[in-house]
Amino acid sequence: MAKKIDQTQVRKVALLSRLELTEAEVAEFTGQLSAILEYVEKMNELDTDDVQPLAHCLPISNCFRADCVKESLGTEKTLGNAPQRDGEFFKVPKIIDSV
Amino acid sequence: MQDDLLNMDCRELRDGIAAGRIKSITVAEAVFERIEQYEPIVGAYITTFKEHALAKAEEIDAQITAGKQVGQLAGVPIAVKDVLCTTFGATTCASKILENFHAPYNATVIEKLLSADAVIVGKTNMDEFAMGSSTENSGLKQTVNPWDTSRVPGGSSGGSTAAVAGRLCFAALGSDTGGSIRQPASFCGVVGLKPTYGRVSRFGLVAYGSSLDQIGPITRTVADSALMMNVIAGHDPADSTSVDEKQAPVCDYLEKLDEPVKQLKIAVVPQFNAGAESQVQTAIADAIDVYKNLGAEIIEIEMPHLDYAIAAYYIVATAEASSNLARYDGVHYGHRSENAEDYIEVYSKSRAEGFGKEVKRRIMLGTYALSSGYYDAYYLKALKVRSLIRSDFTKAFENCDCIMMPVSPTTAFKIGEKTDDPLKMYLSDVYTIAANLAGVPAVSIPCGFDENNLPIGLQILAPAFGEDRLLRIARMYEARTDWHKKKPAIV
Repeated sequence: MAKKIDQTQVRKVALLSRLELTEAEVAEFTGQLSAILEYVEKMNELDTDDVQPLAHCLPISNCFRADCVKESLGTEKTLGNAPQRDGEFFKVPKIIDSV
Repeated sequence: MQDDLLNMDCRELRDGIAAGRIKSITVAEAVFERIEQYEPIVGAYITTFKEHALAKAEEIDAQITAGKQVGQLAGVPIAVKDVLCTTFGATTCASKILENFHAPYNATVIEKLLSADAVIVGKTNMDEFAMGSSTENSGLKQTVNPWDTSRVPGGSSGGSTAAVAGRLCFAALGSDTGGSIRQPASFCGVVGLKPTYGRVSRFGLVAYGSSLDQIGPITRTVADSALMMNVIAGHDPADSTSVDEKQAPVCDYLEKLDEPVKQLKIAVVPQFNAGAESQVQTAIADAIDVYKNLGAEIIEIEMPHLDYAIAAYYIVATAEASSNLARYDGVHYGHRSENAEDYIEVYSKSRAEGFGKEVKRRIMLGTYALSSGYYDAYYLKALKVRSLIRSDFTKAFENCDCIMMPVSPTTAFKIGEKTDDPLKMYLSDVYTIAANLAGVPAVSIPCGFDENNLPIGLQILAPAFGEDRLLRIARMYEARTDWHKKKPAIV
């Protein structure tokens, strides 16, 4: 039986997930994810054409609160865990190439 | 003398402290003495707060001496799973990516414990980001089962259950997305309650599967579980999925705890239970006989969709996880790779270095299930199966007060036994997952031992927001048995 997911797909999913994988990990995950997906296909034994999807168990939606100003964390606390900062900013590598 | 102290339940202890018969500081010192002795063997904690805890204990003693009122958990040493944000100590989720993360606020349950005058002893080990069934996926350390140190404590709240069983605290908080409170509670011979989804605020609980996650107590007795619920349950404006108390009022879970439920009707699902080891099946059957002798009516029912729970769960939970864990980007907090050349590599290398294998696997699986072309076949299908599973429960509860089944098909397994085969590990969650998919409360209570002297748990599931009756039903059994009084040899 063909694998449910191949190495090319695993590489694509890793890219979408922003996870850099080693070659060994690609091979390992391909086998493991295939086995899991194969198991999960068990769901296809059930006819669900007329079943409404259930994303959430509670009968609540649109929980609004009063639109009023409250105390927030503040700059220092917000930046407190930043791996790199520059004054009041999170510091990251350059995103836009210089012309 | 000190052992007697460490074996007390939270209620006795709190009342003794509040009445001035026991000093809070004596208790805290006894717990830390024990931690110094046994923590190197058990490995339950990621962080402990000795200085903090002793200071808090002295403060409570001073308040009592001054005649002030103290809270419901005054002086009770409590451990919390390291998935709960605290402004003291790091909040690591047992992940290298958060190893040095210091939360800027306390989770609501932490605030509630502090207002109840609990003494927070430390933060416990877990499977990384609560993903696992053995605590072996911790990126930081290993925890063993106090009943047999060659075996796992269960997971993902294995540090909390090992700490409670090993008398390294009096009670603990865990979180349960697919069984992470109940399964380790059964492996460690303690009481673990997963409340109804929405009963306890998730604010400050690091998210894994947001539609499934719920915080709950891990204790040595059912009464302590009720006491902990009295402290942590209730609506929280900071969590929009916590339920309004007008809709589902919170009650005093201790008030009627010792009143047996009259004309109790228990459902069992024989076909489903057949998958458990024979010693587990026997223990469950014996436990149900205890209820029968108390006059309960036992009915056999079918829940045809339970067999599909694992399949639906591992799609729903991983899909939610892939979205929730996108926040670990190496920019705002957490680990950032030193080898990143550009901003894409900041993400992909930081995440590759920071996350362990199981977390990567689940992020990948969830990303795949949500990706274009596969969404309908996996994610949508899983949500529909979830709907069918919930209707199984709705139908079942029309005709009974509770459902009883095993917590886990086996007792605690050997360290390393399942780490090479993730699917095998997932399949061990067969009995616990459905309660999360359906959002109903469920408890694991000790109900016997296998031939290796390893604890077995009985799982009781009740209708949504039925924690009061659920705990009363659990108490009926506990009041007539001694399993919960047995202690691991190292205690």
